[in-house]
Amino acid sequence: MSMPSRFALLPLPLLLLTACNRGTSNTTNLTIKGSDTEVQLVSNLAKAFARHNTSAHLSVTGGGSATGIASLLNGEIDIANSSRPMSDAERAQASERGIDLQEFILARDGLSIILHPENPITTLSMQQLSDIYSGRATRWKDIGGSDAPIVLYGRQSTSGTFGFFRDTVVKDDYAQTMRNMEGNQAIVDAVRADANGIGYVGVGYVKDDQGNVRDGISAILISLKNSNPVSPLDREAVKRGDYPISRPIYQYLPAVPPRGSPAEAFLRFEASSDGQAIVEASGFYAITAEDVQRNSTLLAKIH
Amino acid sequence: MLKRIRQRLPLSEHIVQWCLMCTAFLTVLLLIGIFLFLFLSSLRAFREITPSEFLLGNSWNPVSYHRASWGIGSLLQGTLLVSTTALLFAAPLGLFTAIYLSEIARPLVREILKPTIEMIAGIPSVVLGLLGLLFFAPLIAKTFHLSNGLNALTAGILVGIAALPTIASVCEDALSGVTRRYREASLALGATRWATIRRVVLPAAHHGIAAAIMLGLGRIIGETMIVLMVAGNSLAPPRSLFSPARPITATIAIEIKETIIGSTHWHSLFALGLILFLLTFLVNFVADFLIHRRTL
Repeated sequence: MSMPSRFALLPLPLLLLTACNRGTSNTTNLTIKGSDTEVQLVSNLAKAFARHNTSAHLSVTGGGSATGIASLLNGEIDIANSSRPMSDAERAQASERGIDLQEFILARDGLSIILHPENPITTLSMQQLSDIYSGRATRWKDIGGSDAPIVLYGRQSTSGTFGFFRDTVVKDDYAQTMRNMEGNQAIVDAVRADANGIGYVGVGYVKDDQGNVRDGISAILISLKNSNPVSPLDREAVKRGDYPISRPIYQYLPAVPPRGSPAEAFLRFEASSDGQAIVEASGFYAITAEDVQRNSTLLAKIH
Repeated sequence: MLKRIRQRLPLSEHIVQWCLMCTAFLTVLLLIGIFLFLFLSSLRAFREITPSEFLLGNSWNPVSYHRASWGIGSLLQGTLLVSTTALLFAAPLGLFTAIYLSEIARPLVREILKPTIEMIAGIPSVVLGLLGLLFFAPLIAKTFHLSNGLNALTAGILVGIAALPTIASVCEDALSGVTRRYREASLALGATRWATIRRVVLPAAHHGIAAAIMLGLGRIIGETMIVLMVAGNSLAPPRSLFSPARPITATIAIEIKETIIGSTHWHSLFALGLILFLLTFLVNFVADFLIHRRTL
């Protein structure tokens, strides 16, 4: 490396440091980071919010729920998006660092299992999903399909969806052969091109504006023991929790936001009927009455 | 004689000499500092990980559902498979390009082609990765009737393209460095142009060629962005060129984002970095040795 370019790198860490500071100390800026499943949804919310609050500047980035939570614990951001609840270890680290963690439920998601449209399978049980993703079933024939290998698409370990799906469905380690994709859209694109593929993504990546399944993929029904198969596109079933892999998706804050802060204004906007309409328009489901109750406990703490 | 000249140097020359010496030592210090940092940071990983599991294990799963496993086997195999593919692609192409440029092309053609090839080195690897993701991987999938084109072969070829200019350019320097007299003597003895290249020029330049390939290999092993985007990222040990792979570089890039600073997982990524450092250090050391022998 030549001498000038080596010196040119010196100011870089300083720039980064100041960039981080600006995110937390300046009151008109709001830095949001985390779940890739949520990034499109929260960007849509931020855009609508900025239309009414021209002074607020919001930045929304992805990287995965674990990335967002790590950034929150390291004090780099204002809000962490997470598509899974924070783990006990993460909560312990938060209290160790004196962070008064606050949980906000943004939306409901029906995690959807997608296949190539040529795949004749339309329904899978939770047990079959576990067999497929843990590698106990390796050919479609094993679960009543054609005699072809199963190609697994999943997320990277930075992803909240990776953790949620493993802990609630697979209940085992993922098969090592699973391809770890960068994001939801990467999985949709891969399954669209792969007749033997299977993938899991947030319902927002499966539905189009009219509430139908997008072209090039099929979303399968999921059955529990002794129950009728349920589709992730069935809004009421997801909200009632009848769809076996429905989940709340979260936002975490490092403290109760002060009254009049942009964080408070943004949370109130997200909880409002306008905000929840954007949640539905983005392909996810509005929060349940129970979630509203829990959110209002947080909002009531703001003084 | 040389000593007497140095004594008569003006003060400004001394200052420049002194500055250059400081810079050189700073570079060495930086290298030693990086090595020590990596070494000390990785040591802590081995409070919980046994070195035998780390070096001999075949399963890397620090966030396992059951029990974390820390074997670098499959990652190392991913790195070696992608690097070998890249080298098998880039070394012959680079060498043939260099032979054409040095021995066959007219001066005008050479003056145009050589800078053009060196310009490939300026393409950011993320752009190569993007091209691979959008165009090259689907092409590979179609050609070999695969369900998905993100695999070790795709990554190897793209990483090879990234290393091609290094290999071609340094090879060309080595071939041009062979004195004209060897060629003239060979042609005077009645050898054809091809026989001269094969029997005289290539053997005379072989240390330089080997050094060029090793320099290219150093670039190949450390390449991160391309493999992150197109190698397919699967933790299973790759079984063939068409299997997805996850080289060491991609693993560090993916997992460093989610680790809590100071945790065993965090330290283990430094241990991976140390392995990578030692691999590239070894390769560069061999390259340096070969270049040195050429000038003797």
